[in-house]
Amino acid sequence: MPRLTHTMAGHAPAITLSDIDKRFGEVRANKNVNLTVASCSVHGIVGENGAGKSTLMSILYGFYEADRGTIHIHGREVRIRSPKEAIAVGIGMVHQHFMLVEPLSVIDNVMLGAEGGALIAKGEAQMRAALAKLAEVYGLVIDPDAIVGDLPVGLQQRVEILKALVRGADILILDEPTAVLTPDEAEQLFVLLRTLAAQGKTVILITHKLNEIMAVTDHVSVMRRGEMVATLETAKTSPAQLADQMVGRHVLLDVTKGPAKLGPLRLSVEHLVIRDAHASLRVKDISFQLRAGEILGLAGVAGNGQSEVLEALAGIITPTLGRIMLDGQDLLTLAPTPAERREQGVLHIPEDRQRMGLVPAFSAAESMILGFQSDDAFGTGPLLSTAAIKAHTAREMDLYDIRPRDASLKTAKFSGGNQQKIVLAREIEHYPKVLLVGQPTRGVDVGAIEFIHKRLIALRDAGVAILLVSVELDEIMSLSDRIIVMCGGVITGERTPETTNDRDLGLLMAGVTERAA
Amino acid sequence: MEIYATLIAILESGLRLCVPLVYACLAGLWSERSGVVDIGLEGKMLVAAFASAAAAGATNSALIGLGAGIIASIGFALIHGFAAISQRGNQIVSGVAINMLAAGLTALVGNAWYAQGGRTPPLEGDARFQPLIWPGADAIDHIPIIGPIYAHLISGHSALAYCALVATIASAFVLRRTRFGLRIRAVGENPAAVDTAGVSVTRLRYSAVIIAGILCGFAGSYLALGQAAGFLTNMTAGKGFIALAALIFAKWRAWPAMWACFLFGLLDAIAIRLQGVIVPAIGQIPVQAIQALPYLMTVILLAGFIGKAIPPKASGLPYIKGR
Repeated sequence: MPRLTHTMAGHAPAITLSDIDKRFGEVRANKNVNLTVASCSVHGIVGENGAGKSTLMSILYGFYEADRGTIHIHGREVRIRSPKEAIAVGIGMVHQHFMLVEPLSVIDNVMLGAEGGALIAKGEAQMRAALAKLAEVYGLVIDPDAIVGDLPVGLQQRVEILKALVRGADILILDEPTAVLTPDEAEQLFVLLRTLAAQGKTVILITHKLNEIMAVTDHVSVMRRGEMVATLETAKTSPAQLADQMVGRHVLLDVTKGPAKLGPLRLSVEHLVIRDAHASLRVKDISFQLRAGEILGLAGVAGNGQSEVLEALAGIITPTLGRIMLDGQDLLTLAPTPAERREQGVLHIPEDRQRMGLVPAFSAAESMILGFQSDDAFGTGPLLSTAAIKAHTAREMDLYDIRPRDASLKTAKFSGGNQQKIVLAREIEHYPKVLLVGQPTRGVDVGAIEFIHKRLIALRDAGVAILLVSVELDEIMSLSDRIIVMCGGVITGERTPETTNDRDLGLLMAGVTERAA
Repeated sequence: MEIYATLIAILESGLRLCVPLVYACLAGLWSERSGVVDIGLEGKMLVAAFASAAAAGATNSALIGLGAGIIASIGFALIHGFAAISQRGNQIVSGVAINMLAAGLTALVGNAWYAQGGRTPPLEGDARFQPLIWPGADAIDHIPIIGPIYAHLISGHSALAYCALVATIASAFVLRRTRFGLRIRAVGENPAAVDTAGVSVTRLRYSAVIIAGILCGFAGSYLALGQAAGFLTNMTAGKGFIALAALIFAKWRAWPAMWACFLFGLLDAIAIRLQGVIVPAIGQIPVQAIQALPYLMTVILLAGFIGKAIPPKASGLPYIKGR
């Protein structure tokens, strides 16, 4: 990809933020932040969750007003008190959760807030012309009459970008734009971002994926705990350096682990067939085995049957056919329900922790004992012992470095990484024989990812059999001792990390079963 | 010809009965399309009926009565708006409170002012909306088929009935074709999208709630000054809830809302007609059973004869800015 680094001597930078300070109650979300973004460039902003990136961008887009500090756009000082004023000075934003009205058409969505008169007919004609022009200039082709809710996610994002461009934005902020995209769609987006910069737009890319920063940005700024800690030229930095800057200490991006000490056969899945509620076949006759002391990675593009396998093993759904054997005993007859499965030592860290792993409205202490509330340690008979539960939670919080250390804080108030640690602590500390792990680091900070990975390796070395389901290939590659790949409900291949690479796995995930060169 | 005359009479009666439903249903449509659930239609109609009857009685002017009804209804709408929009309260609770407040307040004040058990003194002449007789209606009434249609279905309703048709046309047009309508449709589905587009969610929702207040004002005034001759305690008798049912039935669209209300009005007319009629093999149907008919029909229709009715996604949810 061509890299257009404009030094722009004599040109004012597109954005200059000086001494931006913002406080929410006790929390100082931005501390004297300074940022300069050169025009016609792609500028990345990285940082862990809660580092203040979103606050800073919200200030730039007028959601909040800074307590202190100044904003200059193209050298002119401006005050931005509402999104309307941000749009007026040429700032457009593509939000992580799309700001679209799904039952309305593309043209209605693009027009909203810029209708061009009390009646929409005239403005609509102008908008159609504007969309046609953008399709020509940037290749952003879209059917203006399509209903937004029917469009695939990649095209919905295109509508968001178009919304900003038709309003004359020349500074475009994208907040975690690839979180919802397939790798292919993400690649297309990057090409677009480069094109936009080449045509004179300024792009700010907020992300926590360091490889995206490396692939598409000219400069990158790192935020940590509300402060801007560094602004670097992308060509002169590395993912490892950025990770260290984000966390504030040295982070191991690569997992170090010794060879697996394989124990006895724990889990044996035989000819598993799963139909969903609509009777369509999700898993088509798969078999695999899992031994004590190994991590088996189950890779695949989301929605190819891995989730169903995980839920069937956890007892949440009942397979149509097949057997699930634990230590030679048939779990389907011995322990058909999730609760009985847990008593047998098959513990589960679900893929969607908010929905299945936690009750967001519960306190951390309550979330910490979910599923184990009948344990003698937490009370006698029907009564729960608050003191015992709190003491247990405090111990786990220390052990897993869950922040803040407040057992009575609502689960929803913890960050994604800390919520995941609560689930992890709860399941791991109940001595699993088999641990089923779904997407353990989805939405989790770099620092917490490192911790979770280390913890899983330690568990494997202690002799637990771990099934890891993840859509992150890096994670599968670095943690697994063996890898199986699913596509369309069948296993398309089995590999070990030493004998495969991303390309090979990618082909298996796409259903190409011939061995890649 | 007698069957035809009966048919015309039922249709005519159905038209009269559907007018308050159309207004209330459109009121609900505006409110819910903007994302504010309104089960306080009933209460707003009731205060409007009382205020219009009181004002019309005092001034002997139906128009002043209508104005007073609209103002009272807007007042209650603003209470709901303040609770639901500004204070981000529970919209169902606020609606229930409005209904209870209206039922109690109208009876109490009515009794205190007029001492007639909660009703207002009967109105007559200019204090009521009289039927408008169209030119030539009497002359062609006797012409078969066409005559009664013109004389009884097209001509002979109060001005407020014709206004209900205008309100339907206007609602459909404004929602579909104007900037304000587009924004209202959007704000009921995803207020954050409207906010980030630089448009005030609060202002839009208050506008919609006020429109709902105006429409309920028409509905209540029609009840007290058009259909009846004065205010009676609890004279809305659940019409606000029937209107909500019609709204779901119409899937939150203006024209279907009018037709749904006409259907419910017709059911009501048939129920009235059937009272005292002796049906072969069954005998006389109990009045209670007949009166239950429209409500029964509502339940049956809503229980599954209309397909999937998806409300505006953000309706009932207060908008909280930021993330």
